[in-house]
Amino acid sequence: MKARVTVTLKSGVLDPQGKAIEGALKSLGVAGVAKVRQGKVFDIELDAADRAAADRQLADACEKLLANTIVEDYAVEYV
Amino acid sequence: MSRPLRAAVVVFPGSNREGDVARALKQATGEAPAMIWHADRGLPPGTDLVVLPGGFSYGDYLRCGAIAARARVMDAVGAHAERGGLVLGICNGFQILCEAGLLPGALMRNAGRRFVCRMQHLRVETAQTPFARRYRSGEVIKVAIAHGEGNYAIDAAGLESLERDGRVAFRYCDAAGKVGGDANPNGSINDIAGVYNARFNVLGLMPHPENLIDPLVGGTDGRGMFEGLAA
Repeated sequence: MKARVTVTLKSGVLDPQGKAIEGALKSLGVAGVAKVRQGKVFDIELDAADRAAADRQLADACEKLLANTIVEDYAVEYV
Repeated sequence: MSRPLRAAVVVFPGSNREGDVARALKQATGEAPAMIWHADRGLPPGTDLVVLPGGFSYGDYLRCGAIAARARVMDAVGAHAERGGLVLGICNGFQILCEAGLLPGALMRNAGRRFVCRMQHLRVETAQTPFARRYRSGEVIKVAIAHGEGNYAIDAAGLESLERDGRVAFRYCDAAGKVGGDANPNGSINDIAGVYNARFNVLGLMPHPENLIDPLVGGTDGRGMFEGLAA
C-alpha cells in the first residue's frame, strides 16, 4: 500500500519560507499568485493488512514523528 | 550540595557546542562533565544535571531537534527529569526538549527569515530557580545568540499558563532592559528566550550563556548560570 502524507503549518502559524517563496514568484512575474504556504510531503510504502490498519499506522507515524501537532496539521491520501 | 555537581552532556550527531558547555561546566564545578553518546541507554550513576548542547543535531532534518528528541538516550533524560533531576537545553537543546515534550511549545523559523548570530541582552525573569539563582530577578545580562529557528510559539492557553506560573525564564531585551521591539531577534511570542517546565527543573533557552564565560570573548554574564547550578 502506498500513501502520501502531507504536513502543513496550521493556519495562523507564521510561515516565513512560504512568504519568501511567494515573494520570489511575484518577482519572477508569475501571474495571479495571491498567497503561498509551504509544507512537506512524505511518500510511504506500507505493509498493512487493510485500510483501517494503514490508517492507524500512519496516524501513529504522524503523531509520533512526521508532524509536530503543536504547530502542524497532517493529511493522508492513498496513491 | 555536599559533593560537586555531576553533569552529563549529551552528544548527538551534529551537536557542535558540547565543548563550549563542557568548558563552562568545568570552570564552575571544577570537574569535566561526562560526555554521553545519543545511542547510550542510560546516564552515569549520580548524574545531577543533563545538558543538551547547541548545534544541528541530525542536520536539522525533518524539524530542528525532531530526530534527536526520539534518540534512545532521551528515555533516560525523560526519566531523569521525572525524578526531579536538572535538565538544561541550550539552542538546539531547547528545540529537542520541546520536540520531546519535556517543555511546552515549539521553535519556528525566525520571523525575519535570517539566521541571527550576534550578542543579545536578556532580562532574567526569575532568579528563584537552580539555574538562575546567581542572578537577580529583573537583571539584564549579555550573552550570544546563533540560530535560525528560535521563534518560540505556543498556543494561547499554554502561553497564559507559562505567564501565570512565572515559567518564562528569560526575555529578549535591549541593553537598558527594555523588552521586545527591535530587541526581539526572531519574533518569539512575548519576547520569550527561555522557559521552565512546571517543576522548574527543566530549562530550555535559545541564547548561549556557555559562550560568555571569559572576558577574552566579550563578557562573563553567562557564568552565573553554571555557578548557580554548581552551588
